[in-house]
Amino acid sequence: MTTTLAEGVVDASGAASAAWLLLALPALGAAVLLIGGRRTDKWGHLLGSGTVIAAFALAVVTFFGTDFAQQHNLHLWDWISVNQLVIDFGLRIDALSITFVLLITGVGSLIHIYSIGYMNHELRDRRRFFAYLNLFVSAMLLLVLGNSFVTLYFGWEGVGLASYLLIGWYQGKDFAATAAKKAFLMNRVGDVGLALAIFLMFKNFGSTQYTEVFAAVGDAPTGLIVAIGLLLLLGACGKSGQFPLQAWLPDAMAGPTPVSALIHAATMVTAGVYLIARSSPIYSLPQAADARLVVMIIGAVTILIGCVIGCAYDDFKKVLAYSTVSQIGYMILAVGLGPAGYAFGILHLITHGFFKAGLFLGAGSVMHAMNDEGDIRRLGGLWKKMPITFWTWTLGYLALIGFPFLSGFFSKDEIINAALGQEGPRGWIFGGVALLGAGLTAFYMTRLLILVFLGKARWTGLKSADGKDYHPHESPTTMTVPMIILAVGSVAGGFILSMVLPDFLVPAIGEVQETHGALSHTMVGILAVAISAIGAGIAYLIFGRSEQPVERPQRVTFAVRAARADLFGNHLNEALFARPGTWLTRALVYVDNRGVDGLVNGIAAGLGGSSGRLRRTQTGFVRSYALSMLGGSILVVAALLVVRFA
Amino acid sequence: MSVMSSALFLAQGGGPLAPAPAPEFSIDPPALTAVWPVLIVLGAACVGVLFEAFLPRHQRWPAQVILSLLALAGAGVALATYLTDAPAGGETAIFDALVVDRPALFLWGTLLALALGSVLLIADRSVEPGGAFVATAAIRPGTVQDRAQVTATGMQTEVFPLTLFALGGMMIFCASNDLLTMFIALEVLSLPLYLMCGLARRRRLLSQEAAVKYFLLGAFASAFFLYGVALLYGYAGSVRLSEISAATAGSDRSDTLLFAGMGLLVVGLLFKASVGPFHTWTPDVYQGAPTPITAFMAACTKVAAFGGILRVLQVAFESTSWEWRGVLWGVAIVSMVIGAILGLTQTDVKRMIAYSSVAHAGFLLIGAIALTEKGLSATLFYLLTYGFTTLAAFGVVSLVRDGSGEATHLSQWAGLAKRSPLVAGVFTFILLALAGIPLTSGFVGKFVVFEAAIDDGMAPLVVVALIASAVAAFFYLRVIVLMYFSEPAADGPTVTVPGAFTTAAITLGVLVTLLLGLAPSFALDWAAGGVFAGR
Repeated sequence: MTTTLAEGVVDASGAASAAWLLLALPALGAAVLLIGGRRTDKWGHLLGSGTVIAAFALAVVTFFGTDFAQQHNLHLWDWISVNQLVIDFGLRIDALSITFVLLITGVGSLIHIYSIGYMNHELRDRRRFFAYLNLFVSAMLLLVLGNSFVTLYFGWEGVGLASYLLIGWYQGKDFAATAAKKAFLMNRVGDVGLALAIFLMFKNFGSTQYTEVFAAVGDAPTGLIVAIGLLLLLGACGKSGQFPLQAWLPDAMAGPTPVSALIHAATMVTAGVYLIARSSPIYSLPQAADARLVVMIIGAVTILIGCVIGCAYDDFKKVLAYSTVSQIGYMILAVGLGPAGYAFGILHLITHGFFKAGLFLGAGSVMHAMNDEGDIRRLGGLWKKMPITFWTWTLGYLALIGFPFLSGFFSKDEIINAALGQEGPRGWIFGGVALLGAGLTAFYMTRLLILVFLGKARWTGLKSADGKDYHPHESPTTMTVPMIILAVGSVAGGFILSMVLPDFLVPAIGEVQETHGALSHTMVGILAVAISAIGAGIAYLIFGRSEQPVERPQRVTFAVRAARADLFGNHLNEALFARPGTWLTRALVYVDNRGVDGLVNGIAAGLGGSSGRLRRTQTGFVRSYALSMLGGSILVVAALLVVRFA
Repeated sequence: MSVMSSALFLAQGGGPLAPAPAPEFSIDPPALTAVWPVLIVLGAACVGVLFEAFLPRHQRWPAQVILSLLALAGAGVALATYLTDAPAGGETAIFDALVVDRPALFLWGTLLALALGSVLLIADRSVEPGGAFVATAAIRPGTVQDRAQVTATGMQTEVFPLTLFALGGMMIFCASNDLLTMFIALEVLSLPLYLMCGLARRRRLLSQEAAVKYFLLGAFASAFFLYGVALLYGYAGSVRLSEISAATAGSDRSDTLLFAGMGLLVVGLLFKASVGPFHTWTPDVYQGAPTPITAFMAACTKVAAFGGILRVLQVAFESTSWEWRGVLWGVAIVSMVIGAILGLTQTDVKRMIAYSSVAHAGFLLIGAIALTEKGLSATLFYLLTYGFTTLAAFGVVSLVRDGSGEATHLSQWAGLAKRSPLVAGVFTFILLALAGIPLTSGFVGKFVVFEAAIDDGMAPLVVVALIASAVAAFFYLRVIVLMYFSEPAADGPTVTVPGAFTTAAITLGVLVTLLLGLAPSFALDWAAGGVFAGR
């Protein structure tokens, strides 16, 4: 008994019809923990983790119990119904969304468990932390499961809120508060783009449901499609830290490390990739060619920016953050390729979700052991003290740089191959950038590995910021087990996923379009590995063979200074958005103070004054009241007669 | 009743110029089903007088309360029963003196419901021991004689039959088929009100001054009304509304008589509705009268007066609207401006609500001069919403007290929310409704009235009304700010825990305000049930 709503879309039945529970469970957890308050302190972390694990189990059941040759639509209720604007609150369960659901709940479960150990220094507030994490998971699931752009927007804002709350977790610290505000504001810039895109869809197609929008876009004029495509891209840039809105993501590392791993590496920041992949019926149109080109350029520019800045930073998590920026650049580049790249973008997204989460958890484990020290120049030689962290991190590292037959190798190679397969100079430019990025990635990741885990223990004899000695130790089991699981995923995931995922995703995002560039697929693989090996080799030559100073060298070349200054990304944003905004505000405040307030206060004073004067006519004497009535009556009668006879 | 019936017969056939035909006593007794609600109310009033005469003192209060409530309930039941098979175009009753049509029935229902709330407020003895009314006004409060009076007489109970008489007058007033019946009804509703205004137990001088002022000015206004009736009779040869209407259609009679008469008549009506500039009595009387009576006056008199205005304008003068509408535009503007601006500097909460009622009268007048079906139904709906909100407002005012009675000075309300969050919350809601904020009935009422006015080509007037609403919103919000954001005065008033009656009345008002704000469509349908008979 399935009804066909549109081509390939049917009403949900069976396991898929319980999909609302996926969102409801973490939402319930967040509600109980936030409303229950201190009473839930003792068991809050267990409830928080339990709801996400249950959601994961449910996702697995849905995955096996549903036929993903079709897309399933689960109508829940009529959400907004005003005149022509009818928004159905419902879910779309298909290959694309279930892939994300498995990633979010799977990695989410591991990170919840990890957080139990990581947050044990802050028992009093741990419950609130888990409430926010649950809120995030719920909103993220809504984002990927929603069946219209408005439900997506709801989830989009929900994850933005959770991200804001969690970046600013260390409320006592100024930099955390500033980072949270920065993330929130820069995301708003992107959100405006997304909102405008949705308005355009409603204006032109009369609906915001995926089924109806995608059915209507085919005949739309080129200008409209390009506009929608670029506005959606602006939204994606904000959420996914893409050029020119990338600057908030490294600052977001001010939040606790599990948050960085879950939200700012594995899931939320990839929402932009999801958005473009979900909108593939728009981007695949021939009218959207220009929009796709812009997507590719943004992706390519971001790859380079992320890699270059990543080479210069000394903060463990910020290097990883810029690595995330550049890896998402790969995904954006891939989905910008159109049908040739959607599946590989998603593939890289999933494998990246595993190994980057693992890398962040490893970083968290190191910082947990080293009194929250994040400066890699003050670390070193930790591999003996923390063997599990070291080995799991190394596996993640190898997966990221594309070591043969680990997960990054499969996913990144496919993207490079598809980019090289573009026609003409485009193929060489984008493919070249992708290859260069692979080399740079290997360079800065090897630098990180050497400075943190290998070499001399530079921390001996130093004291941490709060004046304690360093006593590195391996982390508790709740933290190491998730790291081990993620490491296993990083090793094996790529091979398995690259075999099945592109075919699995066909009903949702279409067939993979084969590309044939100047180089064969095998050649591309060998080339990418070779370039990565060169990058890693140079890093070893520079950092592995000589002693690194604990203090940051100040006499450096312009290139390093520029990279340390985020390639002036903050200056750019400042000049483009902040300063004009400040000027505009000042001008408006001036107009408000002098013009509007003057007018308002003047009117108020005038009314008050006239009230005071009129009040004196209310003397309390009947004679004057009667006189006023008589006067009024004469006026009324006279006016009537004048109107009649004049 | 005898004065009244002779007047009715006078109205029947004509006046001094054309001698009345012999009363037709031989015809079948008139069908009374339509007017049962009025008869029940007036009958109960007469029984109440008998109670006062014959029952021992200690039994009077319960007997009067039960009688009044039963009468209101009975009238309501009679109204509902009649409504099920009432003729759509209305029918006349009691020798054509009354016309019972849909608007009249709606107004009757509104009046009965509002009177129920008022009677509950009047009957309350828990807020003020012995009730808000005094039997012998010359005895000073707090003296030995006063205490003796409290213990000996309990409550002054003549106020109940007086209330019912006034209510009966109001019901007749808005269902009158001719101007003389209307005048009699005007007096029947006014005379008890003059008395009731002077019955306050506390601040008796203020109360008695208010009663005298109201009486003098009311008599003055009645004179205008009556003179207007006389001139109109001279013009049309009849006081029947429909015949005046017929006379205006293409006759060669003196238009001076018509417009002078209409002007004077309308002045008398506007006085009762406290429309500026004929509002001067309103603040003084609202402030001086015992608060339950103020509630009754503000809610029910307004409904009856506007019922009369609507009927007169729509039935008798519709065809001449081109000539008089501009003048009433001006009156509506004056009323809104006076109410909104003078309200700004008021320091007494009852006076503030009085000026608010002047502004509201202006808004209502806008609806009344939109001579469309929409204007009629919108004005009727506005009356319903305004009546209940005002009733609840005065109910709350009666609760905030200090040693010398009600604490009506606004400075005494500072920080009230800290001591009595519930009362402050309820009053906040009522003030928002008076200001016309969405989700309250006040918003819906203003919306439908302004919509009807714009549809009838009065957009500039609506603009003025919106500005006046914005100005008036200031003084409502000021009270809210005062209650929530000011430090309470050290020797501030306390909030009396209300008894069941006052609680019921305030709850009724607040619930209706909320309900009509959330789901107004059913009441709007009632109000749009039909037009005046004879249009």
